[in-house]
Amino acid sequence: MERQYIDLYKSYSEIIKNNAAQAMNAGRDASFALFDKIGFPTTNLENYKYTDLKEVLAIDFGLNIQRLPIPVNPYEVFQCDVPGIHSFLYFVVNDAFYPVSDKRNDALPEGVIIGSVSDVAKSHPELVEKYFGKLSSTKQDGLVAFNGAFAQDGFFMYVPKNVQLDRPVQLINIMRSDVDFMANSHNLIVLEAGAKAQLLVCDHTVDNVRFLTNRVTEVFVGENAIYEHYKLENTHTKTTNLSTLLIDQQASSQVLSNVITLHNGLTRNTIEIDINGEHCETTLAGMVIGDKNQQVDNFTSILHNKPNCSSRELFKYVLDDFSKGAFTGKLYVARDAQKTAAFQTNKNILLQRSAKMRTKPQLEIYADDVKCSHGATIGQLDESALFYMRQRGIPEKEAKLLLMFAFTADVIDFIRIDALKDRMKLLVEKRLRGELSKCEGCVICQ
Amino acid sequence: MLEIKNLHANINGREILKGLNLTVRPGEIHAIMGPNGAGKSTLSSVLTGNPAFEVTHGEVTFESKNLLELAPEERANEGIFLSFQYPVEIPGVSMVNFMRTAINEQRKYRGLPPVSATDFLRMMREKKELVEMDNKLTNRSVNEGFSGGEKKKNEIFQMAMLEPKLSILDETDSGLDIDALRIVANGVNKLKSPANASIVITHYQRLLDYIVPDFVHVLYDGRIVKSGTKELALELEEKGYDWIKQEVEGK
Ligand SMILES: Nc1ncnc2c1ncn2[C@@H]1O[C@H](COP(=O)(O)OP(=O)(O)OP(=O)(O)O)[C@@H](O)[C@H]1O
Ligand SMILES: [Mg+2]
Repeated sequence: MERQYIDLYKSYSEIIKNNAAQAMNAGRDASFALFDKIGFPTTNLENYKYTDLKEVLAIDFGLNIQRLPIPVNPYEVFQCDVPGIHSFLYFVVNDAFYPVSDKRNDALPEGVIIGSVSDVAKSHPELVEKYFGKLSSTKQDGLVAFNGAFAQDGFFMYVPKNVQLDRPVQLINIMRSDVDFMANSHNLIVLEAGAKAQLLVCDHTVDNVRFLTNRVTEVFVGENAIYEHYKLENTHTKTTNLSTLLIDQQASSQVLSNVITLHNGLTRNTIEIDINGEHCETTLAGMVIGDKNQQVDNFTSILHNKPNCSSRELFKYVLDDFSKGAFTGKLYVARDAQKTAAFQTNKNILLQRSAKMRTKPQLEIYADDVKCSHGATIGQLDESALFYMRQRGIPEKEAKLLLMFAFTADVIDFIRIDALKDRMKLLVEKRLRGELSKCEGCVICQ
Repeated sequence: MLEIKNLHANINGREILKGLNLTVRPGEIHAIMGPNGAGKSTLSSVLTGNPAFEVTHGEVTFESKNLLELAPEERANEGIFLSFQYPVEIPGVSMVNFMRTAINEQRKYRGLPPVSATDFLRMMREKKELVEMDNKLTNRSVNEGFSGGEKKKNEIFQMAMLEPKLSILDETDSGLDIDALRIVANGVNKLKSPANASIVITHYQRLLDYIVPDFVHVLYDGRIVKSGTKELALELEEKGYDWIKQEVEGK
């Protein structure tokens, strides 16, 4: 399976490099060497036990290493479906940053840089070189290594010291192709001390072919900075969505990540938080609504390297039909990370016996003065609550819906963008009702 | 209005109701008393269609419909209301949303359009006043964190909102303080009309001072073994159930 990509790299590495930013080429050969050695992850690996990529990787995906332009104007095909969000709006089509033409983005505060990694590598090479690959190059992970070898561009955001973005930044990933297609992109986000930014990443697919996306995002959150990362997936069943979010947190910073999968094929979200300063706060939340053969594996890892930090995790899954969910909550507390408070919850509802959920807390605690807890439940809807509602005249189907909606409510509460929160309530309700699960703003989808 | 004939019902394969007969006509109030475990709550569960119970024998007609064929929500929308002995907490479902959904489902069942926002708010306000229920309770999730008494009040509030034809009050008095008992009983009395009826399950004759029953029945070992008027409740209060048990077993 790896063979074709290894050959491809060996024959075309020059083309790959010539069409990529210099800063992205620095670690390319090393990434390739690692991939050549360890290959794609298999279910034999503890961290990939519940993500089986064998079938998907057998598909012959096209790649666009020559960076040929894709004939689509996302501004025409995609109107934002979060009314009132007033975001700074950007598009990545497949793996290419789409040229910005939105007037609203002119209002970005001074010093903020948003663009493609390759453009910024030309205009501000020192910025990109300082951060690019610093987190990803330390990972012994086949997907990250593959991305390091093949990714040629990505989304870049830099928020300078003490600048706070009062509007969210929205990044729409659109997959558009006439043949089965693979996209690798590598995003870089830097918040300097005291900065604040909210990023909403939306994954959409446009064509009825098989897609594989393998995206790596590195985030550097400076002292006292606040970073919120929302990821909303609404793709089709032929999509394999592999994403790795790597976050470095400096002292007194706050990070919130909320990853919501409403519709997909096979998804693996790896979220790794490295806490490297005191008094940090970290919140990881997530929700999955799965039916048919959807598969979602959320793998989270929080490393408490410094004392006096707190982290909490809340992940909820509602699984129907033959859908499969997995959650891993890896928590590491270093010996001198005293006074760490870490709480982890994973709750799941299986609507049918055929649906499957795997949940795995993985705690390694080396400090002695800590408060840590974890809890996981897998159950059905509460029968007595269902009967109570039906006794008030609410039909079974509607009563179930109310219960499922209530079940997911506290994950939605971990959204700090009001317009998005309202929109998400509506989308989740529609999704649970089995109505239109694609975004209304996407013209092509309809 | 309600006719129960030779009703037998099981839970988990164990027979709890063993041939129960009862007739309720419009305008009547029936009190059901009986020792713990006799099957009183089982009767309310079976009448409202709780799927945990299995009816093995007998028939129940409600307004000339075969009640046993109807789903719980259909029975509710036909006008049967149960004030639960143990109201269920439903975290995340707000009282307002719950009540609006219930009202609109009932209206849909009866071929009416959804209630307007202003009418709904007015109804909520009026009915809250009727049972003197605190505003803060209706702003919370259904029964979540309510005290025992607050939950019982909430049941009567819902009953007032839904205006049932037949209400079954399963130990609505237990857990209520003296003032709350009066308020709840007043609420029930105000909702009374010649067209509707109530079955009041209680252990205490005290409630029957407020809600005066037309009939009092003793439910024992899955059957109604004795019926009388409100004086029977006084007698039970005084003598307990032993003499009834002896009477039944003596037969
Ligand atoms: N889910 C259940 N599984 C097994 N047995 C049950 C179940 N629910 C009720 N029972 C049994 O059925 C019998 C009747 O119970 P029920 O609740 O109807 O009594 P009750 O007359 O309402 O008593 P109380 O006055 O204490 O409320 C009891 O013996 C009880 O243990
Ligand atoms: Mg009872």
